[in-house]
Amino acid sequence: MSSNPPRDAVDRTHPARGTRGLLRLWPAALLIAAAAVPFGSFPLPGLLAGPVGSPGNLQLLALCLLFGALATGYDLLLGRTGLLSFGHVLYFAFGAYATNTVMLEAHLPFPVAALIGVLAGTALSAVLGAVSLRVSGIGFSMVTLAFAQAFSIVVSRDPGGLTGGEEGRAAPAGLLPGGFVGIDHTADLYWLALGCLLLTLGVSAWALRSPLGRVWDGISQNEQRVEVLGLRPYGFKLTAFVIAGALAAFAGTVHLLLTGGATPGTTTTDFSLSLLVMVVLGGSGSRWGPMIGGILYTWADQRLSDVAGSGAVASLPGVLRVPLSQPLFLLGALFVVIVAVLPGGLARLPARIAVVRRGRTVRTEPPPDAPPAAQGAVGTARAGDRHGA
Amino acid sequence: MDTLVLLTMTGLGLGALYFLIASGLSLIFGLMDVLNFAHGALLSVGAYACWWAASGHLPGAGPHGAGFVLAVAFGVVTGTLAAVALEVGVVRPLYARPREQVLANVGVGLAVPALLSGIWGSDARTFPVPDALSGTVTLLGARVPANRILLIGCALAVLVGLRVLLGRTRAGLVVRAGVQDRAMVSALGIDVRRAFTLVFALGGALAALGGALGGVYFGEVDPGQGTSLLIYAFVVVVVGGMSSVTGAAAACVAVGLLQQFANYFTTAGLGDLAVVVLLAVVLLVRPRGLMGRLT
Repeated sequence: MSSNPPRDAVDRTHPARGTRGLLRLWPAALLIAAAAVPFGSFPLPGLLAGPVGSPGNLQLLALCLLFGALATGYDLLLGRTGLLSFGHVLYFAFGAYATNTVMLEAHLPFPVAALIGVLAGTALSAVLGAVSLRVSGIGFSMVTLAFAQAFSIVVSRDPGGLTGGEEGRAAPAGLLPGGFVGIDHTADLYWLALGCLLLTLGVSAWALRSPLGRVWDGISQNEQRVEVLGLRPYGFKLTAFVIAGALAAFAGTVHLLLTGGATPGTTTTDFSLSLLVMVVLGGSGSRWGPMIGGILYTWADQRLSDVAGSGAVASLPGVLRVPLSQPLFLLGALFVVIVAVLPGGLARLPARIAVVRRGRTVRTEPPPDAPPAAQGAVGTARAGDRHGA
Repeated sequence: MDTLVLLTMTGLGLGALYFLIASGLSLIFGLMDVLNFAHGALLSVGAYACWWAASGHLPGAGPHGAGFVLAVAFGVVTGTLAAVALEVGVVRPLYARPREQVLANVGVGLAVPALLSGIWGSDARTFPVPDALSGTVTLLGARVPANRILLIGCALAVLVGLRVLLGRTRAGLVVRAGVQDRAMVSALGIDVRRAFTLVFALGGALAALGGALGGVYFGEVDPGQGTSLLIYAFVVVVVGGMSSVTGAAAACVAVGLLQQFANYFTTAGLGDLAVVVLLAVVLLVRPRGLMGRLT
């Protein structure tokens, strides 16, 4: 969410090469700032309640980063390969449930259980992906939805007491690594979530830069042309599905640590659709968009609920109070607006503003330094435009 | 035998409910290629409007007799208006961007239930069931709840009505032709977009009717009801061939019966699972569904 100002600045500072070079380092600066958050004792009024580094805030921020990671992994399917999966949370939830079940039933320590959980989630995504990708378009969406729903039903029915049904199942505290348990260690959990996000961003960037990513891009734009080039899209799509599934399963094991148990809420269709909302809200098919969307959505979902319970909202008349007290309503409405008027999501906003501003400058007087600014704007616009194409 | 009759009637009643949702869904999908994720929201709107009217907020409407019929009619009208508003306000501006249409409908499908639970709370509300529908009827020696008969009757009436509308009227002709080849219908100088609004209005009305009857069937309404029924309606639409009303009718009988019988004779929950797996299996084996196009 805080990436907008620096990028806007890049667009404006075209004359000075040196400043521009320094500004390119904003992700590193942001990372250092993010890593230092647990030491922050200053408040961010309105954004967070109390000091930034308090355990409650760290828990919320860790959840934000984790869902940012999940959304980034999911966008490998949605934005990069053009696969509209409605069941991606299945692998996230499966990673958490498998790890938890292995710990509870086989009494293995967390690292071993997590490894088994991630491997099992990856294997599941390979099997179900191989099956789902036999159909395309809306059929693929429906099959993935069906598999996720089937898992959700199984979890809620609690077969053999393995899943805990509607209640979920708490992780065995004795088997979890000591550094990640209890309120004193929230900072460790936060860093773990940050690490998960970095890993996802890294894997995603590496995959997209490889020849594999080029083919994905081709598939999302025109699958038939890729076939004409002599490539079989099926294998490439399955690779995207399995990589995204493995990343989701890993995020699931981190979620297990973060919340101290496996919860059935992560298996539901609503959560699948929320994930879709996160990605599209931030900007599907762009580098930072899904992360921004995941962070923003999770933060808004949590904070709006807090604000709704406050006196300021409770004293409003019903017409205003009712919509304001429902975060999901606000986010759903915002999502519809973004889909309709801002294709490419929030990540495309700076480029949009730049285009509007450039239009105004050109109309008043065509300045000699217009081309670099235009190039910058077009470059960013293209990065966020894949989804629309 | 008693059990078999009861299970069959319950399965058919559930299938009838699915049909009311799925018939609108499959018409919209057939004509516009939009899988309407907001259809569950339309059902919830209809159910809540009917509940609101029947709880005495609408003059003349009430939980019994003619008052209840008026309440159901109010729910259906509200659902129709909501569907038209959805088509005009959200779907139409995104014409020619099918994926964005699906996404926007997903957003509406999330936002509307949240709004409903903001207004009336997220807990289930008791639905006022008329005395005439709360009793049982003896059928082949089994005591069957009367609301099952009502649901099956309504679904049959809707099926006949839809077939007459699609087969005997000019508007129905345009819809059928549009399902077969939308571009050709436009080329002949007919404004297909008016047919879009028509199928959305029709779908909204049927979903709202489904919501009101679902309230009678379950005895309560809650904001998430529409969304949870929507998945089974998807199963019906897909199994029935994506754009065929008759196919949807056949599929909903199969799905409703399978779900009830599997839930009763095996573990509870296995029926729901079987239906969802059925969706995947049918799509994988016959991607076009079991029936052909709209008939």
